[in-house]
Amino acid sequence: MSEQTGALAPSSPLHQNNRLRRFLAPRGPREDRIGYLFLTPWFIGMVVFTIGPILASLYLSFTEYTLLKPPEWLGLANYEQMLADPRLHKSLGVTFLYVFVSVPIQLILALALALLLNRGVRGLSFYRSVYYLPSLLAGSVSIAILWRQIFGKEGLINQFLAMAGIEGVSWVSHPDFALGTLVVLNAWTFGAPMVIFLAGLRQIPTSYYEAAQVDGAGTVAKFFHITMPLLTPIIFFNLVLQMIGAFQSFTQAFVVSGGQGGPSDSTLLYTLYLYQRGFGSFDMGYASAMAWTLLLIIAALTGLNFLLAKRWVFYGN
Amino acid sequence: MATDVRQGDISTSRSRRLSKHALLIVFGVVMLYPLLWMVSSSIKPNEIIFRDPSIWPTELDLGNYVRGWSALSHPFHYYLWNSAVIAIFAVIGNLLSCSLAAYAFARMKFRGRNFFFAAMLATLMLPIHVLIVPQYVLFSQLDWINTNLPLIVPKFLAHDAFFIFLMVQFIRGLPRELDEAARLDGCGHIRIYWRIIMPLSVPALATSALFTFIWTWNDFFSQLIFLTDPDLWTMPVALRSFMDGQGETAWGQLFAMSIVGLVPIFGFFLAGQRYLTQGLSTTGFK
Repeated sequence: MSEQTGALAPSSPLHQNNRLRRFLAPRGPREDRIGYLFLTPWFIGMVVFTIGPILASLYLSFTEYTLLKPPEWLGLANYEQMLADPRLHKSLGVTFLYVFVSVPIQLILALALALLLNRGVRGLSFYRSVYYLPSLLAGSVSIAILWRQIFGKEGLINQFLAMAGIEGVSWVSHPDFALGTLVVLNAWTFGAPMVIFLAGLRQIPTSYYEAAQVDGAGTVAKFFHITMPLLTPIIFFNLVLQMIGAFQSFTQAFVVSGGQGGPSDSTLLYTLYLYQRGFGSFDMGYASAMAWTLLLIIAALTGLNFLLAKRWVFYGN
Repeated sequence: MATDVRQGDISTSRSRRLSKHALLIVFGVVMLYPLLWMVSSSIKPNEIIFRDPSIWPTELDLGNYVRGWSALSHPFHYYLWNSAVIAIFAVIGNLLSCSLAAYAFARMKFRGRNFFFAAMLATLMLPIHVLIVPQYVLFSQLDWINTNLPLIVPKFLAHDAFFIFLMVQFIRGLPRELDEAARLDGCGHIRIYWRIIMPLSVPALATSALFTFIWTWNDFFSQLIFLTDPDLWTMPVALRSFMDGQGETAWGQLFAMSIVGLVPIFGFFLAGQRYLTQGLSTTGFK
């Protein structure tokens, strides 16, 4: 869209007046200066808190730095150490498992509930609120504390299991299940992508369904030939967003495992290990190398997502 | 939908509708059960928490709230206040700095605008962990560790690009006639921004304020890193130390204080859920 076109239609006599047009949508050195003036806070923040730190962490990743002495150049030693660090490999495995299991579960729940709520359900806004509330709360330490109790030895889950005569283990301190409790916690936050799905469903023109009705399409055909294709851009948007978010999960794993990532490193998310190296042992060089690796992983997966999107995301015409 | 529905269809469609509601309600109860159970457990004596999975409180015992409130070295409202100060400054900072940038991106023509806009969008995907180590080094050289400044100053410099994006999306949807009329009346950009666009952007500003407050209130990672002095602890950091210190012997008190920590979010959710869900929806489109 051309930004020149303001409110006035191109044919309007006012619009043919070039001086007026320039007056209404000015450009030039003076306009540049005012634009930059508005952006000044953002420029400063960008340089000081974003670009500067990105470059600094790239530099630090090639050094040994503990805050006490100036950084000492090591070349690729940190990255070589990463290749040989079993805890790092473990944390990568845990993180990938977490992301690739929890994000699909969360999105499938979100999509299913959005579809259930879509077709003129009474009390839609009530249900939407109930399902959305956990998304706002789940990031808090309070909920992490609650989770630790619910999935503990004498927690809520095991109390219910006991009623059925089953004696449950302590889920949070069992290496096979601890990460699962975090997956459940992430699934609990399906409300946020569900709200986005609902808004997407509302954008699909009802005339499409009416036309399909006329052609004799059934519910299933309508779902696969109208709803799904038109929803793929939203699915893609949610997928990219939730994946980037899941890679950065920290608080819940930290609180549930008491900061350790245990039992036996089964909840040692990458960010948690990064925290331990950077702010537990003040190994800032190594932590920077880890941070840059995380950035590259997220960038690569996001890029891959966009590449694959060409195969399944439908952008209409 | 269909106009000529036969008698049988009406009763099946009604029973389908009812079963759908039953499903939605059961699912909602399962979703909220842990929260309700936490509330009811917080008013039960500690030994019952491990025996009673029901959410009906058997007795009303506010002792957990009283004891939990003073279980740490400062009373709990001290930590709530620390959190509130940071959250309030974060809200003011984000509203001012992000709306300025958003106005420029949405309404002005200047050289490099598209480039800067793309750069801004790229920072949305940047994990905070890539920035946190050098930021820590920077703040420790400025002597800002164990002050609120690392948590507040970036907000005044539009560090949360998400809100710039949200406001750009909103401002683009406002009719340009208004700006043009104001220009014809002799207003410059600063007056148009402050007198016209800002008042019309109240929904986007409300959404940004609510999300900023909730995310700052919940934030744990950066507060854990920048505030190590127990006198500066915020509510989440204090809660976490409460849990690690008292361990599992004081679940009732832990629950009570956890609930106190969630109350502001719940309040803002009730007051502003329209803005929260709409804001979430608009960022996904256009």
